[in-house]
Amino acid sequence: MMQDLVVHAVYIGYALGMLLTFGTILTWVERKQAAVMSDRIGANRAYIRLPYTQIKLVWIGLFHGIADGLKMMLKEDFRPDSYDKFAYAIAPWVVFAPVLLVFAVIPFGGSLHPAELFSGLPAVAAWFGERSYQLQIARLDAGLLIIFAFGGLTVIGAMLAGWSSSNKFSMLGALRAGSQMISYELVMGLTVLGLVLIYGTVDLTAIVDHQSGTLFGFLPAWGVFLQPFAAVLFVTAAMAENRRIPFDLPEAESELIAGYFTEYSAMKMGLFMFAEFIEIAVIAAIFSTLFLGGYNLPYMNDRGFALPGGTVIALSHGTVVVLQLVTFLAKVLFMSSFQILVRWSLPRFRYDQLLRFAWKFLFPICLANLVVTAVAVWALGGFQ
Amino acid sequence: MTKLSKVERGRRRIYWNEPTMGAWENVYLLEVVRGLSITGGVFLRNMWRWCTGRKGAVTAYYPEEMRPDYAQGNRGKHVLTQRPDGSPQCVACNMCATVCPAKVIEIEAAYDANDPTHPKSPARFEIDYSRCIFCGLCVEACPEDAIRMVKDVPNLPGPDRHAMWIKKEELLTWQPARDVAKPYSARPAAAAKGAA
Repeated sequence: MMQDLVVHAVYIGYALGMLLTFGTILTWVERKQAAVMSDRIGANRAYIRLPYTQIKLVWIGLFHGIADGLKMMLKEDFRPDSYDKFAYAIAPWVVFAPVLLVFAVIPFGGSLHPAELFSGLPAVAAWFGERSYQLQIARLDAGLLIIFAFGGLTVIGAMLAGWSSSNKFSMLGALRAGSQMISYELVMGLTVLGLVLIYGTVDLTAIVDHQSGTLFGFLPAWGVFLQPFAAVLFVTAAMAENRRIPFDLPEAESELIAGYFTEYSAMKMGLFMFAEFIEIAVIAAIFSTLFLGGYNLPYMNDRGFALPGGTVIALSHGTVVVLQLVTFLAKVLFMSSFQILVRWSLPRFRYDQLLRFAWKFLFPICLANLVVTAVAVWALGGFQ
Repeated sequence: MTKLSKVERGRRRIYWNEPTMGAWENVYLLEVVRGLSITGGVFLRNMWRWCTGRKGAVTAYYPEEMRPDYAQGNRGKHVLTQRPDGSPQCVACNMCATVCPAKVIEIEAAYDANDPTHPKSPARFEIDYSRCIFCGLCVEACPEDAIRMVKDVPNLPGPDRHAMWIKKEELLTWQPARDVAKPYSARPAAAAKGAA
């Protein structure tokens, strides 16, 4: 019992630390990547001066995230004369909390056997005994459903913020957020259904296990190879869920100032921004789990590598765990970078284009993809 | 009756600049992929340049870096020339200050009876860069070739306009590698030190 508590406390600490770090780092990645994409240098003036010296640490602009955070904390927390002060106060948290909660069900590594890991320390190994844990905060059978359940909560925060700000721009932004996010949530759910049909489960760890095999004997059985259309549509819908360019209609600054968080300042506004950046990482994590083989390298499973030729490379437990953690982080960073690439490449939709894109383009393709997948699964008698 | 042009004959009026999209562009996702490959390509190219020790940006890093495309005769910053012993060539005649249309030069003369060839010298020589118009008239007015303008950027960014005055000490930091206009050594202060 005590062992479970310790392990899960470590997991939660790791997940929180990872998400908050990603949220901060991604602001830097966004600035720098945008700069490099457009032949610029990017933000590189913030520095930390070592006390009592003239040594200024710049570290290619990494401290700009800290400067942003400090600025937001020190600014005046300006509140509008709202008719619903409670809703106004909790709205940023309603946006922020679900984004963190979603990560609870995402596996960020394979199985962990503490006794094997601490074999050098007999006392610790004996304390843990035969227990083994998944590297996942909450192992839930309904993992995928939890993701959608919590992911859908974000829209409530956006609506609350827009409604309680007593501002027409906020209200318009909230209405846009509502219709946009609910439309794209539908698309997102339908894209994933194909995968659920193939794997026959919504348990994320099982989905990742399925992907460690091979396809046609040589291709890693990743979701992106099984369901290429679904992968593209999922990224599209997920970015729309996150309200980023080209889908940032709810906060379109040229039309609505800042949309539903126009009336927010200081750290409350910072929470909205922070939630957006963390959601980039969370979307990347979900995408990696569903379509990119999760925490595994190609041909890799919890014991080592099983290469297509029949060669098996066994690795020690510690190596596997570290490799899986690093692989997962690398995949998340890659997908986050891809989302930032999209954000700095495409112009914003018009509002009618946005909804037409969802209902007349993505939605029919999703349905077609689902039908084809269902027929194929029925014809082949299941993926297994 | 005027003959309708081809674009006006249709059921609905078509403007000349209405975007017309082919099947390829209407699919949208394919064009998105094309756009992403362009931006991603630029990103990778620039990252490759940064990683191989070159500069992957067209930005000149003001004020640390000088733009490479400044003209040869660029009048960016004033300098005071020096005699071989390192003293300013300026004789504090105030001609530059007089001719200056923006009235930005302030000179306070000093008198040295022990130096009969050049008894007058500037005790203070200050230029207000917040008002200077970089016309170069001071250079033309100078009878002693004491003030010149060089291809450089005055380090102007400062907390207020009082920080935009450039003093004699900074004007005298000019150490040219080769000064073709002068008969004596290129590095006056260094030569004087060597002679002593």
